Parts: sequence; structure tokens; C-alpha cells
Amino acid sequence: MPHELSNPLALIAELTHRCPLHCVYCSNPLEMQSRSNELPTETWSRVFQEAAQFGVLQADFTGGEPLARTDIIDLVRAARAAGLYINLITSGLPLDETKLSALIAAGLDHIQLSFQGAREEISNEISGTKSHGQKLRVLEWIKQHRVALTLNFVIHRRNVDQLEEMVALAETSSATRIEFANVQYYGWAFANRENLLPTRAQLDRSMAIIKREQERLEGRIRVEYVVPDYYAKYPKPCMGGWGRKLMLITPSGGALPCHAAQVIPGLSFENVKERSLRDIWERSAAFQKFRGEDWMQEPCKNCDRRDQDFGGCRCQALLLAGDAAATDPVCSLAPLRPKVDAILAAVNLAPVSVGAGAGPSPNESLTRPSWLYRPNPA
Amino acid sequence: MTIELTSRPRLAAGCRLGENNQERILQMPERALRLNGPSLEIVTRCDGKHTVQQIVSELQQIYSKAQPRKVEEDILGYLALLQKERALDFEE
Repeated sequence: MPHELSNPLALIAELTHRCPLHCVYCSNPLEMQSRSNELPTETWSRVFQEAAQFGVLQADFTGGEPLARTDIIDLVRAARAAGLYINLITSGLPLDETKLSALIAAGLDHIQLSFQGAREEISNEISGTKSHGQKLRVLEWIKQHRVALTLNFVIHRRNVDQLEEMVALAETSSATRIEFANVQYYGWAFANRENLLPTRAQLDRSMAIIKREQERLEGRIRVEYVVPDYYAKYPKPCMGGWGRKLMLITPSGGALPCHAAQVIPGLSFENVKERSLRDIWERSAAFQKFRGEDWMQEPCKNCDRRDQDFGGCRCQALLLAGDAAATDPVCSLAPLRPKVDAILAAVNLAPVSVGAGAGPSPNESLTRPSWLYRPNPA
Repeated sequence: MTIELTSRPRLAAGCRLGENNQERILQMPERALRLNGPSLEIVTRCDGKHTVQQIVSELQQIYSKAQPRKVEEDILGYLALLQKERALDFEE
């Protein structure tokens, strides 16, 4: 196995957990790192050099809100000098025209601007802050620059019926790509999942709209859609397989195989302050834990699809089955699939009022769920 | 989606040539394409100056042993693929 191991292709740099938004589906862990624990500029710069020398192609600058780092321009410059392609995943909130120009001059390749909806009200509700207006201003500023732009929409029950409006918003911008990603259920999203999962009818409608828009926009805007895997027949090949393509560095320097890996008990993670990326990738116990097939149980062990989906997501197996080595329970072949079906049944039987045209609901708690908002770390 | 012979393709914003493990690659948002002989010859000519027709003529000379018609078809197919990936802008 180790002799066939290839290098990671992308480095996910979680620069900080600080964020002006408090999204109810945030992918950050429930226990966040404080500012005082964040890696300094020099350590990130060394990590970018090690990554590029190791064969990593792209860095995703994310967080929290990566622009909350006061040294963000230096970090972009360092990553670009190392030879990486730089994607910046941002809410656009701590941005002004001067900073945008400086980021692009420093070598930023691609901006992924996150939207919580196509309309002010739902966006502010989901992010727990007033944010939509600023994002629209950022779209206008970006038009003055030659930089790639993707609009990222996180999709869930409360906004899945607004896909057409979201596409229309993208068409007024300079975006060449739209990413509609349904919420994946970890961390804050797992805590809020009963209010976030779309219904089957909503999902079917959304798939038809996406297909139509993909055809209409071909050659102009690439439209990508990530479905909620609770509705899928087979699990997603999470992270392209554990320790196969991606490496995530937390704000304090922890090296993880995926965003949520810290939920798995018994795994300890190396820190880039102490070891090189290559050493961690090739030798750390956490990266080896679910690599290959030796760890697999039935039905994965002898499944024809095991080299396509790698048994699905380890963190989801832990969250739903209580065992990180179990078959991902979203798989229709998984022994614990009934557990996922029960969650879906509850969502699909509840009298939920949805959709842009839906009238006032008799039950206010269904249209205005009691969200658990993520706080800001110290 | 048709590729006009008179248009001038150039790499879209956020798309640029790079190198990895001694191979040339085309970097683009959230993905990268490996470039070999002919695809590299095509992409390096997507500079907003060459027309599609000029790219075809130049590659027909480089690959003079191949059927000229086949070379043209392959180039148009590859440009259409890059356009679908949204890696090209076409200028009149």
C-alpha cells in the first residue's frame, strides 16, 4: 500500500475559525480554536512551500472567514510564490475594494463567494447576521477584475425552492461557475438537521431545475450540484477516499484527512509545527487508519463499489452508526440504512410549509425553526 | 455550442498553465488538466491572438503525418471540451 501512495493534490487551509457569520450548517467543529492558537504567517508559508514541493496543485483558503486574518495578503503571496493555485472561499464580509485589488495583485486565482440564499431575509436568518447586501456589492467590485468567480450556495430545505433566483443572481455577475451544495450533516448541520433536510419532493424538483439550467448555460456558466447524501442510493466517495487526495490543516496546525475527522475517537492528529507534510501524509497513524481496504467490514469488504466510494464517509459512519469503520449508513446496502430512512421519513411526513410562494404556516415553529447558531471563538 | 473558426480563444480568468511532477498542466478553479503533446500545443495557442483557423493550420503542419481533416476535428472537439469546462473565452 504505501509504495502505491501518491501525493495529495489539494491542501485545505483552514486559516482561522473566526467568522462574522454564524451559519446553522457551519462545517467547523463544535469546539473551535481561538485566535491565540492560530498558526503564524511563517508557519503557513513553510506549509505552502512543503505542499508545492510535495506535488500539491491547489490550496483552498477557508475558515471560518479567511479574510479575518490580518496577514491574508501575505499568505496569498506566499502560497503563490510557492507555486500553488489559490482558491479563496469567503463570505465577502471583511472585504473592500482596496483589499480585493491587493488580494488579486498578490496572486489570488479564484474567489468562491458564499451566498446563503438569493434573498436578504433567508440569508440573514441562516447566517445569523446582516450579510446579503455586502455580498451584492462584492459582486460588482469583482467585475472590475480578471479573476475567476464561483458563487457557492449551500442548499437546504429553507432555500432549495429558490434555485432559479440564485441562477439569475449568478447571471448578473461575472461568475463562470455556480456550486449548489446541499448541506452535509456534520457538526453544526448535524445538530440542525431536522430543520435543514429538504423533502423528497423538493429534491426531485431541484434536480430537474439543475439539469435544465446546466443545459441552458453550457459554455457560459458551469453549474454543479451536490445532493444530500441521505437521499442517495450509494455513499459519496468522501474526500476522494481517506488520505488519498486531500489534506486539511486546522487553524492551529493539526493535519486532518477531512473537515470532521476530529469527531472520531481514538485518532490523534499530527501538527505541521512538528512534522513535515510529507512525513504526516506517509506515516501518521491517522492518515493510514482508513486508507486502502484492510479496515473495511461487510458489506464493503467484498463490494464491487469499494474502489469507487471507499465505503463512504468515516465521520458519517461514526455519527450515525457509532462506529467509524462501519459501512456509511446512507448506503442502501448498509445494515444501518433503516436509521437514515427513519430520519427521512420524519422529514417527509412532517407538515412543512416550503417554497417561495408558500403562505403563512399555521405553525410558526415550522417556518421559523429554533436554530442552533455557531458562536465565534475567542 | 459551436466553435467559430474566426474566433480567438483565450484562457478564461483563473485558468493558467502550470507544472507538476515535470508535467505541464492547466490549472483552473477546483481542478487541473494534464496536458500532453497536442493538447499543450493547442492550449499554448489560446492566447486571444490566434484564431481557431490559425491554430488548426499550425497543428496540421506540426502533425503533418496525420489526416488534416482529423486534426481539425480533434482540435474543435478539444476546444469544445475546454469551453464546457469554462476554461476559455472566445473573442470575435
